[in-house]
Amino acid sequence: VQERFGNQSFRMERKTIDLEQGWDYMQTGITKLKRILEGLPEPQFDSEQYMMLYTTIYNMCTQKPPHDYSQQLYDKYREAFEEYINSTVLPALKEKHDEYMLRELVKRWSNHKVMVRWLSRFFYYLDRYFIARRSLPPLNEVGLTCFRDRVYNELHSKVKDAVIALVDKEREGEQIDRALLKNVLDIYVEIGMGQMERYEADFESFMLLDSASYYSRKASSWIQEDSCPDYMLKSEECLKKERERVAHYLHSSSEPKLVEKVQHELLVVYANQLLEKEHSGCRALLRDDKVDDLSRMYRLYHKIAKGLEPVANIFKQHVTAEGNALVQQAEDTATNQAANIASVQEQVLIRKVIELHDKYMVYVVECFQSHTLFHKALKEAFEIFCNKTVAGSSSAELLATFCDNILKKGGSEKLSDEAIEDTLEKVVKLLAYISDKDLFAEFYRKKLARRLLFDRSANDDHERSILTKLKQQCGGQFTSKMEGMVTDLTLARENQTSFEEYLGNNPAANPGIDLTVTVLTTGFWPSYKSFDINLPSEMVKCVEVFKGFYETKTKHRKLTWIYSLGTCHLNGKFDHKPIELVVSTYQAAVLLLFNTTDKLSYNDILTQLNLSHEDLVRLLHSLSCARYKILTKEPSTKTVSQTDSFEFNAKFTDRMRRIKIPLPPVDERKKVVEDVDKDRRYAIDAAIVRIMKSRKVLGHQQLVSECVEQLSRMFKPDIKAIKKRMEDLITRDYLERDKENPNMFRYLA
Amino acid sequence: MPRTASKTTKKRSKPYTVTSSDTDPVPSASSKTKKSAKENDEKYKLFNKYANTSSGVIDPEGIEKLCSKLKVSHTDIKILMLAWKMKSERQGYFTKAEWRRALKALKVDTTKKLKKALPELEKEVRKPLNFADFYAYAFRYCLTDERQNCIDIETICQLLDMVLGSTFRDQVDHFVDYLKIQNDYKVITMDQWMGFYRFCNEISFPDMTNYSLELAWPLILDNFFEWMREKQA
Repeated sequence: VQERFGNQSFRMERKTIDLEQGWDYMQTGITKLKRILEGLPEPQFDSEQYMMLYTTIYNMCTQKPPHDYSQQLYDKYREAFEEYINSTVLPALKEKHDEYMLRELVKRWSNHKVMVRWLSRFFYYLDRYFIARRSLPPLNEVGLTCFRDRVYNELHSKVKDAVIALVDKEREGEQIDRALLKNVLDIYVEIGMGQMERYEADFESFMLLDSASYYSRKASSWIQEDSCPDYMLKSEECLKKERERVAHYLHSSSEPKLVEKVQHELLVVYANQLLEKEHSGCRALLRDDKVDDLSRMYRLYHKIAKGLEPVANIFKQHVTAEGNALVQQAEDTATNQAANIASVQEQVLIRKVIELHDKYMVYVVECFQSHTLFHKALKEAFEIFCNKTVAGSSSAELLATFCDNILKKGGSEKLSDEAIEDTLEKVVKLLAYISDKDLFAEFYRKKLARRLLFDRSANDDHERSILTKLKQQCGGQFTSKMEGMVTDLTLARENQTSFEEYLGNNPAANPGIDLTVTVLTTGFWPSYKSFDINLPSEMVKCVEVFKGFYETKTKHRKLTWIYSLGTCHLNGKFDHKPIELVVSTYQAAVLLLFNTTDKLSYNDILTQLNLSHEDLVRLLHSLSCARYKILTKEPSTKTVSQTDSFEFNAKFTDRMRRIKIPLPPVDERKKVVEDVDKDRRYAIDAAIVRIMKSRKVLGHQQLVSECVEQLSRMFKPDIKAIKKRMEDLITRDYLERDKENPNMFRYLA
Repeated sequence: MPRTASKTTKKRSKPYTVTSSDTDPVPSASSKTKKSAKENDEKYKLFNKYANTSSGVIDPEGIEKLCSKLKVSHTDIKILMLAWKMKSERQGYFTKAEWRRALKALKVDTTKKLKKALPELEKEVRKPLNFADFYAYAFRYCLTDERQNCIDIETICQLLDMVLGSTFRDQVDHFVDYLKIQNDYKVITMDQWMGFYRFCNEISFPDMTNYSLELAWPLILDNFFEWMREKQA
């Protein structure tokens, strides 16, 4: 064996080292090392000493049997530690306590590691071949195991108690030596030799238990004494501190476990009491707009499984209560006041609901970080009170009226375009909460028709804008008719130009009256009752002329005249001064009768015009009992009766040159509801047939729920209504009941 | 017999199901021929006793006569059962073939024998399997028109009393009361008719604890159920 040592090389033929002799030599090295560790005055090892020790081991291991002492040296290596620990280390530790013990332990551990490092270098040769050959633990491990078995196992429990005591001390606000604790806990980790078992079983589990009971005690007194915000502040602080604790001296793996325990004791156990605290709990915070506290509540409960559910629930209840209060307010005002003030109140309600939505949406986004639970809570809350009726008007109607007020002339002219756009945007969002969307559509359509036909629309762009928004939210089918209506008006204007041209080219056809006709496409517009009033001859001519013109443009189309929507400008030749009267076509028909006769009885007018009593009374009332008395009524009572007679009021005058004589609008509500109900019946039929056609066989409950789902975009179908339609479909042989199971239905092709 | 039912128009009509045929199976063996011919003679003789000679069928008058001979009221369920047995198609009329069919099945050829056979017939019809069929038949029998598929309330009330009165007295009484005061329905469909039978058989009465609005009971029974509950409260 050749070996290089420094600059010299040796040849074989070395002297055999005897075990006892060799070990004595090694002992000198070990003793020297111990002295260094004990802090006694002792110079460090120089390289020659180190080499001698190393070589001694090497030689003793490579000698020929029976002088190969590997096994014995391996054992003596361990014994060296054991001896040192038993004689010096352990006694030193056992005589100390608490923090002093901890310090001693850290020192002794550090020393031990140094000892292991050095000795394993001296005995290194064993690591190279011997341990592998015999599958024995390497020297490093042997060294550590000695400490573990002799020192750690003896003391870890006592140490753990001391550490925990210090932790609790720190929790109570006292300063402690964090670096010391870190070093102590590092021992637990290192002693595991790659596994966290020792740390977890011998320290962490106890620490967690202790922490839990510590916080349990704190929580039980805080929950009694503190308000909800204060308690939350404390909790937040505690969690922060515990995280810091982990960062400073606990092992990082303890963090989630520790946090979970603290959260549990502070926030889970007392969740209910905390949230429901009478004057400071969640409800109170919402009531008093305590945004910061609510944000904190969200932060704290967000990380706890199912922690946010109760908060979201209280939020939902709160918003619902606020919404209900608004509705109730409007209802109360409406029942106590006159009709027109009441309707203003209803419009105020919509504004307030929009404001409520804005307010709580901010909460959802900012306090509750747009969490789905809170979006859902807000949605469900609004769905509850947005579907309530106020003074007989459904929310669908109220919303449609609100839109009408914004879009009509004289409605919201004070608002900027931006403000109007913004409001329309919000209104459409509100529609999402209303279940009877089809009812809204019908009311909207009726009012849109009125705006378009009587030129009461304030701004074309806004009209189109809201239709676009409605289309985006509810789909093309929702707005197709309305869009058709708006287009009709544009076409009508073009048509009118052609008509005037036609009249220009055919002077003989000219009826002598300025005539404007708006042709509507039947499918788009609401259905209007129109009955054959006997028109004055002048108007009859107009109708015929237009018909003639229209036939030059399109054949195969039928024109149905809706006189109830017409407007007429009449010149009233009163004694004092002539005044232009802007009236409806019907009113004009009544007035024109007086061109030929001075006085007419109710029945005369009735027979001449061929109207219903209801309509005639309305007409005559508007002309003789309202603000402008164009006709004098005999007797001059406040209402029209069938025995009255009427005369042209030549004495009538007004300071204006032109006056509008309005007809009070007929209540469209009943008709709208009827029309919508009818459409719903068809829609339910179609949905049932569609579903059954694709499924062929389906159980009753499933059919009903699928039906409800399919129709939910437009309305919430009544279960009874669905059942009724199903029975109708059975009678019409679209469906049949299954013979075996009467709760199943079959599609009949 | 209950009075005939009212008409309604159908959107899609199934062909009116006929449950009888007028053609008789032709007896094959000649030895049988003589015997069955003789038997048939007897039946036809009996038939002619009650039939209207010009129309060739037993008409309502003939049935009245038959009833008085049998000593049963013409509103007795047994006559309806007889109609069922003979698969009679038209209310108030028995054809020759129908007559023969019933008498053959009952193995009778005189009025006296027929009268004796009626209780047996009733027992047979009341067997659960037969009764369901009979119950449905009773409804169809009251329809006068091929295009018609429902019966007016008044007729239904009488029919219910006749057909279910003896077995489900309580249910029939209450339901009839309800039918008379409600306004939702002016006529009853086959589905509703069968639904009520199912109701009587499945639902404990009058507590109705096993009734559920979630199931596919006809709406009229849901309404009946709610009306009963209100009364009981």
